[in-house]
Amino acid sequence: MACYAENNIGVSDADQMAMGRNRQWIRIERYWDHSEYPDVGARFLPIMCQQCGQAPCEPVCPVFASVHSYDGLNTQVYNRCIGTRYCGHNCPYKVRVFNFFAPEFPGPLNQQLNPDVTVRSVGIMEKCTFCVQRIRRARQEAEVQGRPIYDGEIQPACVQTCPPGALVFGNGADPDSQVSRLMGSRRGFRMLESFDTRPSVVYLKRASTTDV
Amino acid sequence: MSDPLQPPPNWAEEPPPPPPIPPEEASPEEAARALAATGVVTLQSATEAELDALDRRLDERVFRSMGSISVRYVALFMLAGLVVTVGLFAWGYQVYNGIGVAGIRRPVFWGFYITNFVFWIGISHSGTLVSAILRVLNVEWRRPLTRAAEAMTVFALMIGGLFPIIHLGRPWRFYWMIPIPNERGLWPNFRSPLMWDLLAILTYITASSLFLFFPLVPDLAAVRDRSTGIRRRLYRLLSLGWRGSQQQWNRLHLGMRIFTIVVIPIAVSVHSIVSWDFGVTQVEGWHSSVFAPYFVIGAIYSGIAALMTVLVLVRRGLHLEDYITLRHLDRMGKVLLAVSVIWFFFFWAGFLTDWYGGNAISREIQRMHMFGSMAPLFWTMLGVCMVLPFLTLWFRRVRTSPGAILVISLLINLGMWIERFLIVVTSPMRNAVSFDWGTYRPRWPEIAITVATFAAFTLLYLLFSKAFPLISLWEVKEGWRIDRWRREGVMEVESDVPSIEPAAGTATGVAAAGVAAAAEARS
Repeated sequence: MACYAENNIGVSDADQMAMGRNRQWIRIERYWDHSEYPDVGARFLPIMCQQCGQAPCEPVCPVFASVHSYDGLNTQVYNRCIGTRYCGHNCPYKVRVFNFFAPEFPGPLNQQLNPDVTVRSVGIMEKCTFCVQRIRRARQEAEVQGRPIYDGEIQPACVQTCPPGALVFGNGADPDSQVSRLMGSRRGFRMLESFDTRPSVVYLKRASTTDV
Repeated sequence: MSDPLQPPPNWAEEPPPPPPIPPEEASPEEAARALAATGVVTLQSATEAELDALDRRLDERVFRSMGSISVRYVALFMLAGLVVTVGLFAWGYQVYNGIGVAGIRRPVFWGFYITNFVFWIGISHSGTLVSAILRVLNVEWRRPLTRAAEAMTVFALMIGGLFPIIHLGRPWRFYWMIPIPNERGLWPNFRSPLMWDLLAILTYITASSLFLFFPLVPDLAAVRDRSTGIRRRLYRLLSLGWRGSQQQWNRLHLGMRIFTIVVIPIAVSVHSIVSWDFGVTQVEGWHSSVFAPYFVIGAIYSGIAALMTVLVLVRRGLHLEDYITLRHLDRMGKVLLAVSVIWFFFFWAGFLTDWYGGNAISREIQRMHMFGSMAPLFWTMLGVCMVLPFLTLWFRRVRTSPGAILVISLLINLGMWIERFLIVVTSPMRNAVSFDWGTYRPRWPEIAITVATFAAFTLLYLLFSKAFPLISLWEVKEGWRIDRWRREGVMEVESDVPSIEPAAGTATGVAAAGVAAAAEARS
């Protein structure tokens, strides 16, 4: 919800959701184990764009809509996109979201659009940006004040909203940041490492010896 | 049907027997009919007068079919036009409302449109194969078939080339892929296989249009000489001032010899590049090194089948049974059989490798194909693309039956369409993140547009058949003379350009002048 509000994501109706045309930039994947009720076990994995260092979506785009930014983000330039959807196929994580129709914001959602974020038109691809608008604003403020960006200063909407602090965002290149310490954990893994996409998102395994 | 082709027992090995020499009192028309009715016209003992009569008869037959419009033609034209109109409406509806009116969804982002794209680009390969390869190999029986094949290539490309635009989310921005200076200051991304596609298809449509046009010029001049008024002016423009001079024939022959060789690698590269749209990705079921040759042979396979469909219909519709004979169908049938076996070899090479590799995703895709939701499609595909031709095309009786050939070639193309569908659409249904497995179901705009493209192909062919000779007149006439001279031992035929003594001045007619001129160029 925070993500929808922050990033002006259009709302899909039930039919579209059922077809798999939801526009979720971050989704919770649920994997059930085979146990019987009431001892049902489930795993959750929040999946957003992994911001790959070596992103398969980038080389296939004919119009440079999917490009790497100077600071390592895997950006999607909306107004370049012509909607070939090739990037969506080549993304191993299937986190790219396509605007099959023009986005709709049934009231009162139309009253709370974020002015920092473009509303995407029909026929273009979009995805999680790590809330690039917040990153850019923090960087500009830091530059104006002539200081580095503090650790934790930038919080994407999902990180900001998560009550137990399950999501952490920060500068992985700074060895003292919270995120760097967590990334170095032995529990850390990246999704689908066999594709060698070098994602920027690191997941931490559950710290339990019984539950593999 | 003038002749059901009663072959002698040693028919396959021996050259056909010389035609019955018409009695003295027979008119040239009857003589020509007797000669032409034997299938491949052998003119061992034909006189110049009889050759001329053959020429006239061919001209008359073709020009009459161009000049008259039958009720059936109008009916078919209206029907095809109606279907195309519905398709255009569907496209407009889709552009207006958004690509979402089609059935594509995550993770199957490409549906019928890209299937059709691959299919039609595949169809377009018939022209190159039949025309260019048979020309290079100097196969004489190609002569009445080349025009129909070359036209098919151009039409199929015109249709196939539309699909990448139709399938775009923002089709009105398709020109952003074209590398021209622009206000965005942005060059397209040449690392993208879609850019390779664009360039390959533009190259191919340019080359194949010229490949159709060059040998059309002398025939356009022939049409020009027979027409009046505005049509005459139009054909004069199109025939580029063709007068049939020796120099012009020299240049045509030389140009065709070079161009024929150039166009073959272009065609091979085009479908390789189409296959790399899939082959270079990380999508399981697409990522495969066998795809380029597999797609090329699949294209040739479906292209030949489509060409045979067209030939059967054209020879019937335009009453060209004497020129596009059962022998042609027979030989094309043999080629089709051979190509079907090669196609299956490549299919099997890919299938076995995937299966033995045991990758979990590709195993799931294969399970879905063989036993799952796609099983009816998969087994239909194998049945009509592999089993059916193998069981039937061995028999001459089948190969020389236009009805059987029509059914078989249509079924093969249905199978090849399914094959492309299975590759393009069903592979992305299964991926590494099982939470995101999906399915696909087409919606009416996709179906309407798909059907409309077949109607559009028919429409283009109908129009072409009235505007241009569907048989290359001068090449057929040239073939008759080459055939005759070879049998008389006047000349040795090594290539398209025969060596012949200048005494060939006895030859008459446009084509003969061309042969002589070409011979002169050679000596």
